[in-house]
Amino acid sequence: MAAGRLRTVVSRVAQAIPVVIGVVVVTFLLTRMLPGDPAAYFAGAAADAQSIAEIRTALGLDRPLHEQFVFYVGDLLQGDLGQSISTGQPVAVELARRLPASLELTLLALLLSCAVALPLGILAATRPGSLADHACRVLVTAGVSLPTFFTGLALIYVFYYLLGWAPAPLGRLDFVYLEPPRVTGFFLIDAALIGDWQTWWGALRQIVLPAVTLALFTLAPLARMTRAAMLQALSSDFVRTARAAGLRRSTVLYTYAFRNALLPVITTLGMVFSFTLGANVLVEKVFAWPGIGSYAVDALVVSDYAAVQGFVLTMALLFVALNLLIDIAYTLIDPRIGFDG
Amino acid sequence: MTENSFSRAAPSRRSFLQMSGAMAAGAGVLPFLKVLPASAQADETVVVVTGQTINSLDLHRTGTNRASYQVAVNCYDRLVSFGTKELPDGSLSYDYATIVPELAESWEISEDAIVFKLKPDATFFDGTPVTAEDVRWSFERAVSVGGFPTVQMKAGLLEKPEQFEALDEHTFKVNLLRPSKLTLPDLAVPVPIVLNSALAKENATADDPWATEFVHQNTIGSGAFRVVRWDPGQQLVYERNDDWKGGPLPGARRVIVREVPNPSNRRALVVRGDVQMSFGIPNKDAQELADNPDLEVFSTPIENCIHCIGLNYAFEPFQDPDVRKAVAYAIPYADIFQTAAYGRGAPMWGGSGEIESIAWPQPFPYATDLDKAKAHLDKSGYASGFEVPISISIDLDWMEPTALLLQESLAKIGIATTIEKIPGANWRTAALVEKRLPLHLENFGGWLNTPCYYFFWAYKEGHLFNSSNYANPEVERLVDETLHMPMDDPAYAPKIKRLFEIAFEDLPRIPLWQPALNVATNGATGYEYWFHRQLDARGLARS
Repeated sequence: MAAGRLRTVVSRVAQAIPVVIGVVVVTFLLTRMLPGDPAAYFAGAAADAQSIAEIRTALGLDRPLHEQFVFYVGDLLQGDLGQSISTGQPVAVELARRLPASLELTLLALLLSCAVALPLGILAATRPGSLADHACRVLVTAGVSLPTFFTGLALIYVFYYLLGWAPAPLGRLDFVYLEPPRVTGFFLIDAALIGDWQTWWGALRQIVLPAVTLALFTLAPLARMTRAAMLQALSSDFVRTARAAGLRRSTVLYTYAFRNALLPVITTLGMVFSFTLGANVLVEKVFAWPGIGSYAVDALVVSDYAAVQGFVLTMALLFVALNLLIDIAYTLIDPRIGFDG
Repeated sequence: MTENSFSRAAPSRRSFLQMSGAMAAGAGVLPFLKVLPASAQADETVVVVTGQTINSLDLHRTGTNRASYQVAVNCYDRLVSFGTKELPDGSLSYDYATIVPELAESWEISEDAIVFKLKPDATFFDGTPVTAEDVRWSFERAVSVGGFPTVQMKAGLLEKPEQFEALDEHTFKVNLLRPSKLTLPDLAVPVPIVLNSALAKENATADDPWATEFVHQNTIGSGAFRVVRWDPGQQLVYERNDDWKGGPLPGARRVIVREVPNPSNRRALVVRGDVQMSFGIPNKDAQELADNPDLEVFSTPIENCIHCIGLNYAFEPFQDPDVRKAVAYAIPYADIFQTAAYGRGAPMWGGSGEIESIAWPQPFPYATDLDKAKAHLDKSGYASGFEVPISISIDLDWMEPTALLLQESLAKIGIATTIEKIPGANWRTAALVEKRLPLHLENFGGWLNTPCYYFFWAYKEGHLFNSSNYANPEVERLVDETLHMPMDDPAYAPKIKRLFEIAFEDLPRIPLWQPALNVATNGATGYEYWFHRQLDARGLARS
């Protein structure tokens, strides 16, 4: 069984290769089709035609497109994502620093979101039409209909500006702290690893508001999906049989119904995760969070080709990995599901 | 804030670092927050928030953005600098009329050269003395790297490496191509900085002879501050150079520049006093915070800078002088100034038409008068009106409200408009390089504060900021004659007044207002306005 699983994992990775090649070609072409002219932009306000031409040559943008592509792929094969002109840093370095920031925020938000959404969804499904069900509906509707930047600003206004409970919205750490030595890039984990609980506390205080903002937004799909899947599972034949056989209520609910309802929930979770990671740019902007969403948007605005390509490629790889993980999770939850089926 | 972070007694990584840092004090570049206990730091640390991103420590590098110019100002010295003056409202501003020493101790100007004597005791951060050869190498770098630094050097007629000579250890000579009043001021702008040439050369490569990659990440100057920490996209930390010889020692030991993209958060931070300065606040905040007793709000009109409406001569109706005047009378100036600028800055309309001084910018002799506008349009070849798009950039926040009010007003005299929004990366190419936008909004501000310099960039044929394709032989001649002429030459003022007259009549650009740079402080003193519109941290202190 384990060998079979390994083989399927390898074959899934192999299947991802054409996808990645496609992403590389498409992002290269799409960035070149952007209407802006990076040479003119980066030459600065007072540049003349000659200095723009000098910069175009320096950036290698005067060469034919196919030549630029060959250079790009050659660098890529050596693991070099190029140099971002707008931030002046190598794209790989920048992404390696920013991706953990986004991942830490998104994962914590999803954890929070799951901790609320799953029990809420189960509660709503077991008592449809009850007060709990209506409360669930109100919460998720509010969560999804308030734009994240609004929730974020409102939370900052109340908890920082009015009450003074939350720290200043200044990114991942207030400036009196040192960044913990980098192991995972997740400040909460890195600080815990060396036992620096002051920094850990500082990092936690910074992350709470943005994580809650994102969690509120991601609550809705998870809670609704849990409720729907649980309702379906609870009305299915095997649950009726289990009940008829006199199994305990908790066994029926969790072992039979919830495990079966988990598949669509996991699928939703995967979708919400990848969506949030790319789309939390508004939250990042509001909380000055140095994540990849704001990096990508800033790069796009100034036609910073290398940065945009690096971002899309990273997201594509992440997405492939995520799908693989979810597929593996399926087989763990439900042994009937095979990769080939 | 987290005043508890230094107070725990248990030996932590931080307290250990504090101890080791105290021992290592003075040993060159120190990592962040390892030298002083928190209480002492708070008194001497100024925290500034800004919405801009600093993307390089090297102004000369390709792709360095405007926000990064502050590093050149704070960490490097020039030969000379501008003095300081007090404005009528009591705030401080640089003084274009006064040139003061920075690295140079004295200088002599002759017909064909300027010879500078350098301060003998000035040193770079690593302790090596600043020599004339460093200056020569740095100037050669500025005129050779291409792009913006080279263009700016050229504005002061500093074009060729052969112009720069190190006569001895402390004597440096600039050979002039021709005498110009712009040369000395151009040596005081952020571009001609002096770098540690020996250190730079050690880190240069065949592909990168000017060590831009090294200087991009390291400050190697002799300036008031050095950068001890830079997290791109997040923060920049300056630490004072106690051996600075360029001017009086800054009051702040450390200045932290934090990037906060969201303007409402920047406002909340400065209002609560968690930061001491918010740099470049929106006009709206400046207006609303002006009455807050805790804050000081500075709104300084930016010298030699005008927000204006461009009428492109390549677009046929705008070749008709009556159409241009019709537009000038139809603009709802006051509404635009209140809505788009919240009344911050200086109005540029409603002048008397009498040109009494050569002060620039000065109000044009037009005001909102729809009857006059209609009369001019009736006289023109387009009495029944015409259609034209108003082009604006998405990135510049004053443009959209301005365009909407303009659209409404032009409709009343029969000019139908649509608003065309152009993305930031495209705007420059469309407006300034291709000059293809018929009716557009434009802004130009010259670093060198003389009217002829403004006309050189914005009214001469083919020049970058002449986005209206304006061409007038008399303007060409007058600008060429006045550009390098001393301003106290008796021939200067009449020629400049003639230029103003032509600008009033021909209207390729219709000024709206002179924009302001807004800064709010809470607990910091010594803010000074500079033409480069970036933070000059050298005067800052905690109050």
